[in-house]
Amino acid sequence: MFAYVMRRLLMLIPVLFGMTLITFSIVHLIPGNPAKVILGEGAPAQAIADLEERMGLNEPLYVQYGNYIMGLLQGDLGTSLKSKGEIAQEIWPHLAATMELTFFAMLFAVIIGVNAGIISAWKQNSWFDFLAMVFALIGVSMPVFWLALMEQWIFAQELGWLPAYGRQDSRDPIAEITGFYVLDSLIHLDFERTITILKHLVLPSIALGTIPMAIIARMTRSSMLEVMKSDYIRTVRAKGGGQFLVIYKHALKNATIPVLTVIGLQTGVLLGGAILTETIFSWPGIGRYVYEAISFRDYPVIQSGILVIAFMFVIINLIVDILYKKIDPRIKY
Amino acid sequence: MKLEEKKNQLQEQNLPPHDDNVMDEEETEAVSPWRDGWKQLRKNRLAIIGFAIILFFILVAIFAPLFTSYSYDQQNLADRLHPPSEEYLLGADHLGRDIFTRIAYGARVSLQVGFFAVTGALVFGSLLGILAGYFGRWIDMLISRIFDIMLAFPSILLAIAIVAILGPSLENALLAIAVVNIPIFGRLVRSRVISLREEEFIMAAKAQGMKSGRVILHHILPNSVAPIIVQATLSFGTAILEAAALGFLGLGAQPPTPEWGQMLADSREFIQLAPWTLLAPGLSIMLVVLGFNLIGDGLRDALDPRMKN
Amino acid sequence: MKLKSSWLLMLLVSFVLFLAACSGDGGQKSDEGASDETESTEESTEESSEEAEESASGEKVLVFARGGDSESLDPGSTTDGESSRVTKQILEGLLEFDKESFELKPALAKDWEVSDDGLTYTFYLEEGVTFHDGTPFNAEAVKINFERWADPEHEYAFADDGFVYSMYGTMFGGYKGDEGHVIEEINVINDYEIEFKLSQPLGFFLQNLGMSYFAITSPAALEEYGPDISEHPVGTGPFKFVSWTKNDSIVLEKFEDYRVEGLPKLDKVIFQVIPDPSARLIALRSGEVDIMDDLNPDDAAVVEGEDGLTLLTRAENNFGYVGMNTEKPPLDKKEVRQAIRYAIDKQAIADALYAGYATTSKNPLPPVYLGYNDDVEDYEYNPEKAKELLAEAGLADGFDIELVMSPTSRPYMPDPQTVAEIVQNNLAEIGVNVTISSHEWAPYLELTQNGETELFILGWSGTNGDPDYFLSSLLHSSNKGSSNYTYYENPEVDELLDRAKRAVDQDERADLYSQAQEIINDDSPMATLVHSTPVLAISDNVINYVPHPSTSESLAEVDLAN
Repeated sequence: MFAYVMRRLLMLIPVLFGMTLITFSIVHLIPGNPAKVILGEGAPAQAIADLEERMGLNEPLYVQYGNYIMGLLQGDLGTSLKSKGEIAQEIWPHLAATMELTFFAMLFAVIIGVNAGIISAWKQNSWFDFLAMVFALIGVSMPVFWLALMEQWIFAQELGWLPAYGRQDSRDPIAEITGFYVLDSLIHLDFERTITILKHLVLPSIALGTIPMAIIARMTRSSMLEVMKSDYIRTVRAKGGGQFLVIYKHALKNATIPVLTVIGLQTGVLLGGAILTETIFSWPGIGRYVYEAISFRDYPVIQSGILVIAFMFVIINLIVDILYKKIDPRIKY
Repeated sequence: MKLEEKKNQLQEQNLPPHDDNVMDEEETEAVSPWRDGWKQLRKNRLAIIGFAIILFFILVAIFAPLFTSYSYDQQNLADRLHPPSEEYLLGADHLGRDIFTRIAYGARVSLQVGFFAVTGALVFGSLLGILAGYFGRWIDMLISRIFDIMLAFPSILLAIAIVAILGPSLENALLAIAVVNIPIFGRLVRSRVISLREEEFIMAAKAQGMKSGRVILHHILPNSVAPIIVQATLSFGTAILEAAALGFLGLGAQPPTPEWGQMLADSREFIQLAPWTLLAPGLSIMLVVLGFNLIGDGLRDALDPRMKN
Repeated sequence: MKLKSSWLLMLLVSFVLFLAACSGDGGQKSDEGASDETESTEESTEESSEEAEESASGEKVLVFARGGDSESLDPGSTTDGESSRVTKQILEGLLEFDKESFELKPALAKDWEVSDDGLTYTFYLEEGVTFHDGTPFNAEAVKINFERWADPEHEYAFADDGFVYSMYGTMFGGYKGDEGHVIEEINVINDYEIEFKLSQPLGFFLQNLGMSYFAITSPAALEEYGPDISEHPVGTGPFKFVSWTKNDSIVLEKFEDYRVEGLPKLDKVIFQVIPDPSARLIALRSGEVDIMDDLNPDDAAVVEGEDGLTLLTRAENNFGYVGMNTEKPPLDKKEVRQAIRYAIDKQAIADALYAGYATTSKNPLPPVYLGYNDDVEDYEYNPEKAKELLAEAGLADGFDIELVMSPTSRPYMPDPQTVAEIVQNNLAEIGVNVTISSHEWAPYLELTQNGETELFILGWSGTNGDPDYFLSSLLHSSNKGSSNYTYYENPEVDELLDRAKRAVDQDERADLYSQAQEIINDDSPMATLVHSTPVLAISDNVINYVPHPSTSESLAEVDLAN
């Protein structure tokens, strides 16, 4: 097992290296450079040339790439061309924000999805089944940003039940410890704040979690249907009494692997792809951070940002694979 | 790697691990799976609904000029943000253009984007998948690593980067979407080819001295078509969503071309003043994607022998 | 199942803690002196429609919502409006602009003298003023700041860290050693008296000093923070910097020893980023924020109709235009350019895009500026006349042309895409077939600067209230390749602008600028479209808030009702 993990971690290295190369190439193929964006419309040509020089943008590409890699190996993710801050320091709060959101989105997806799927299968072809599956299908078909906009309009404005933006009440910022506000508020033992923060998490988590929820619901349902057909279950049902719980547990066990697969794949999507949701809900996450860097041509941020996202994605999938092994010892490597 | 295969199988078929060693009755029948599949499909009501939805939009797209006398770029600033009425079936947008007309012509755009992007991804992805799966070893290593890297990239960021390099336009958005979807088809085909490779009839063909090219063409491809078709239908929907997202970011169709995602983006600020400007394109995207998902689900159920009850 | 889920949980938790440990100081930058840690945990957190400005401890906290984060909090090294908005509260300059105009008032300089030849400016500084870090404000501090901007070799210039003082270069004619650099010498006469010696007269020298970019930073802070000064600003302003959560919020608190008695009224100011305009308005309506900028003009009616909200406007300080590259045929012919001006329906654009919060523009200069020439003839919407002119130029059959634009929202034009579409439509009527080509902002700037365009859409916003910033930047031939995107060249105009720049008598300058506008109006290098009136909305609890045309206004006098 340990050997497996080590091997996987080792394989990570060429993949990540390949990514830096690809990201670097792609990013430098994009026309325009940050000097112009930073200085704006009114800048004299000389100032722009000076800035380009100072940013090292005139050096040959392999030199720029070499410098970046050298820095990376020393743990330096580079310096943002826009804010002049160290990326390693800037990126953590953004990453934490997205991770927290992704976590709750997945929580929502799993809890609702799995249970909806199980109940749907249990009550196959009932109105519940039909409705649930229709909702799931709609969930998978809806543009996420449209859902986010609608949620905001209805729940934040029309009904006023939930906040419209951000991770917390602007007037009362938390004293950060880890960057995970739920955790931090618990550490402070400030439970009222925990509630506020959770309230801020509701709308974006639902927006982001809808697609994974729909996928999980459908998968759980078919997995449960399979389970219900098996001889073992037929026997249990024939015996009567307490059957639902037994079947529920059995269904959960069977659903675990497909659900884990979905979590693994979707988390990657959510980590980097939450740009639109993060924009609409003013969530200071890493999707927005990298997207804005692209518009700004902030090369070091783009490169390091994508690298970090990819790294997280691969780690999460590694964890998922390890869990597979734990759950289904039949799987060989 | 067996684990990878397993994941791919599950990914594509949304099934729990199945015991392959037991042959179902259906698997032993020697009837053409296609005819069987077709029968199954026709019975599936949801798939029929999906098909109907798609047919509807295709017809609207083709016969758009018959349904509406406006041109999609006809501005009438005096009627800006007009609510739905007799003149403007679905209302007018912020430049006084008839929304119904723009939805109709927009169907052409969305369907074309979906079609070409998926076809592109399908062709290149399958090609790469076959090469990787059939020839194995270092080709497989190389191609699989490339797929890994592409999949580790958040797909929307990759698409944005590609469009940023080539310049915002509908064609470039299409290209970006195709590229981003290549690894999906690639992995699918690769795992299919790998499992087929071990089949007796393939080994028999090779033993008879059949060249690789012919084996691929005559045996591998035909047996891979089913999952490819299912994936293609599902990806059609995803491609349309991705085009809409790019359009929303201003990286897709250029004005005055009516593209549903672009229309959503344009209308974003009017969510309170003129919600119809958002509802029409949003619902259209949703319905088309839903349609494809229903068809895809139906196809999967129909073509996959394991799902037969 | 239980065993597996706890394993998973353990893994996740340890992973998270590992990452948290790796991040250094956890990301939120705070000053050591940040006093609010205990207060924030004591305060109750109230949500929804209840006005929550007054927390349990009775503090007045104002939340200002804006669409983007600041780039840097070092005023000299950034041109970004969102940065100036914040630095205006923290740092001050020698002079400042009046509340609603560009009229000059004393700030850190209480009085000043200009020599007759316009080459020597003497400033008498306020006494007893301290920076937020306790060090005294004096003439030496002023000198260090100006030298830092002018000289890339200066120890506080931080050139190697990418600091560029482009505003200084633009407004003062360059940097140390450059031919056009206007500030020759800075002499500290005593602690509170400082003298600027210029190499040539500069008509708007004083106007420049009112700009927020030339605010004075504490030299001790420059020494202490070095290049990190962009994230730890220290000035003499009414508010001190507390913390900055990137892409989220900046927290400022009251500076108790501010030089003006009784100010500021607020205890804390929080600048909150809310990128989506609809979300921003929702936040204002629900009471989560108190002020929001960049209101969509279409929502103005909504705000006016709602109790508890007030609509405010900023004075016109910009203009949007369709630029014509005068070096590319057929735009090199005056008649063609004039034809295009007649073909565009400016009023329709003003109505469609700005919901009426814009006036049509006939000069590349806002109407309130010195020397604005109201007598020039306006090119009103007249497609017939346009077609006549085209025929005169031998292009009666029309022609094909490309219009480039960037959909990025700018203060002078919230929606360039829509403008482009309307222009495309308008020009189609006179037989000019327009293809629209959209670009991202960064490459767009490059394209236009390099003159690789035919028609393009841009605009210009004022900074120091002086006409030179508009007319010279955009239309002086020496700026071809930087800010003169139309590549316009007319020696007569150049001469008028040069003379006006060097004149010190404001009436003389006004006359020169008027003459220049006559010629420009005839040459028509641009089809001026509108001057926009930016709108914003505030909650009725906010008192004394006056928006400034430059978009950075001081919040020192702002108060909150209960």
